[in-house]
Amino acid sequence: MYQSKWRVFSNHTILILGALFMILPVWIAFASSTHTREYVFQNGLQFWPGAEFFQNYGAILFDASATKGRVTAIEMLFNSMVLGLGFAIGKVIISMMAAYAIVYFRFKLAVPLFWVIFATLLLPLEVRIVPSYEVVANLGLLNTYTGLILPLIASATGTFFFRQFYRSVPDELLEAARLDGAGPIRFFIDILVPLSVTMIAAIFIIMFVVGWNQYLWPLLMTTDDQLYTIVIGIKQVYNSLYEGGQIPQFPKAFALTIMATIPPVLVVVIFQRMFVKGLVETEK
Amino acid sequence: MKRVQFEHSAVPYLFIAPQILIISIFFLWPAAQALYQSFLLEDAFGLSSQFVWFRNFEDVLSSSSWTRSAIFTVVFSVLVSVLSIAISLFLAVRADEVIRGAKSYKTLLMWGYAVAPPVAGLLGNMMFNPLMGDLYMAFNSFGFEFNHIQNANDAAFVVILIAVWKQVSVNFIFFLSGLQGIPKSVQEAATLDCKSPERRFWTITFPLLAPTTFFLLVINLTYAFFETFGIIDVSTKGAPGGSTATLVYKVYVDGFLGADMGGSAAQSVLLMIMVSVLTVFQFRFIERKVHY
Repeated sequence: MYQSKWRVFSNHTILILGALFMILPVWIAFASSTHTREYVFQNGLQFWPGAEFFQNYGAILFDASATKGRVTAIEMLFNSMVLGLGFAIGKVIISMMAAYAIVYFRFKLAVPLFWVIFATLLLPLEVRIVPSYEVVANLGLLNTYTGLILPLIASATGTFFFRQFYRSVPDELLEAARLDGAGPIRFFIDILVPLSVTMIAAIFIIMFVVGWNQYLWPLLMTTDDQLYTIVIGIKQVYNSLYEGGQIPQFPKAFALTIMATIPPVLVVVIFQRMFVKGLVETEK
Repeated sequence: MKRVQFEHSAVPYLFIAPQILIISIFFLWPAAQALYQSFLLEDAFGLSSQFVWFRNFEDVLSSSSWTRSAIFTVVFSVLVSVLSIAISLFLAVRADEVIRGAKSYKTLLMWGYAVAPPVAGLLGNMMFNPLMGDLYMAFNSFGFEFNHIQNANDAAFVVILIAVWKQVSVNFIFFLSGLQGIPKSVQEAATLDCKSPERRFWTITFPLLAPTTFFLLVINLTYAFFETFGIIDVSTKGAPGGSTATLVYKVYVDGFLGADMGGSAAQSVLLMIMVSVLTVFQFRFIERKVHY
């Protein structure tokens, strides 16, 4: 295709500016996280990395007092990992099963149950936080991984992804399987699940990132430091920045921010192809 | 639905049971409770409550703080959606054209999807920190007298900028894949017919992308409504004086920090109605979506 020299030049300029717009805030946070707090306090945000990388990140990772709480960043990263993986695994399994029932079976309550599932799309957790919190408190699930993960799984986005995918699976497969004498459970495990592997992987990646980045629900649920995820930890550290009349610990707050950002970004970049495919195809 | 289906009495219930169970406990029950509470008035100590019909709704709808928050939410959502869609469409068109470095540009522009909203909020907060924020100083050195801590418009600007920054990458991914789905033959024919890239974009590419754009508009509005909670909570906290509090943020502030259960529940119910309308709209549209 013909492109003028000027167009090629402007394309690259615009894309580089766009990339800088995205990257600069994170880069500045990183560079500033590698200086001493006195230095950052006196000289403002830094563009070039300093010499305190190991010092600051080591303190944040292994020393609980550096995060102003009773948990180290390692523990918070572990909690985030549990939340991300638990959310992704739970959501994939539950929605695969529910979508299977909806698409492949004729049963009495199919239509009303479908509408119950659909209704969850109408009301995200954010609009019913107060009563959700009360329910979880009544069940004695505050400050537990179960209470953290299960209410998030209630939304049906995954079910719709799989419903759409199953509908694109050719009917002949089911006919053939039935001729061979496969029952519904056998068909699901031996044929449908292996067929969905790419789809499962794509949704798993998306859900892991979504789970890792949860904020509002963990914020309400976890009053015990031991269950803080790293995203919640950021807020706690940030809130205590100006406490106690000391020089604010900006570098360590930035270090924590960087550590919260790297895992999900890596997942998305490494599995980019799968992730983009999953995102674009399922949300259609 | 499938033409061929299993006819089995117990198996489908077995498969659908886990989801229905979780939905009943963590969704239907709280939603019903929100509805019930929205008709109750609790005394100051939460000891007794009284059924008051629609009084909570009347109170909410007639309160100036709710109206202000509703107006802010609408303006905020529209601005965030339009700006982030425009920026990412612009970038996607260019990224679709480049040949050298196409892959790197794509990666450099899409990773933002994985950034948590509160992280974005914190980054923004830091750039606008009056002590050391680069953007804060830059604006003031140009003589804008920028002060987002006291000036409501400046605070709104900060929140909008962060929300747009966070959303550009999602829109970019969708636009780029939409652009790459346009057949090469159509693009080549377009190049032959008109030389100007701008005219080509408006007469051919943009109409072809219209369904994607419309779909993204709905996605972005939903994002601005709900997912910006983390951004607001870490950047402005609704300050100054609640002028940058979206409706979702207000539900949280009134219900959790202010302990006004009935009022918060009534706000929740109002939000549910608004979202339901948006979602039904989205689904009707998606069913008819054109695929390339």
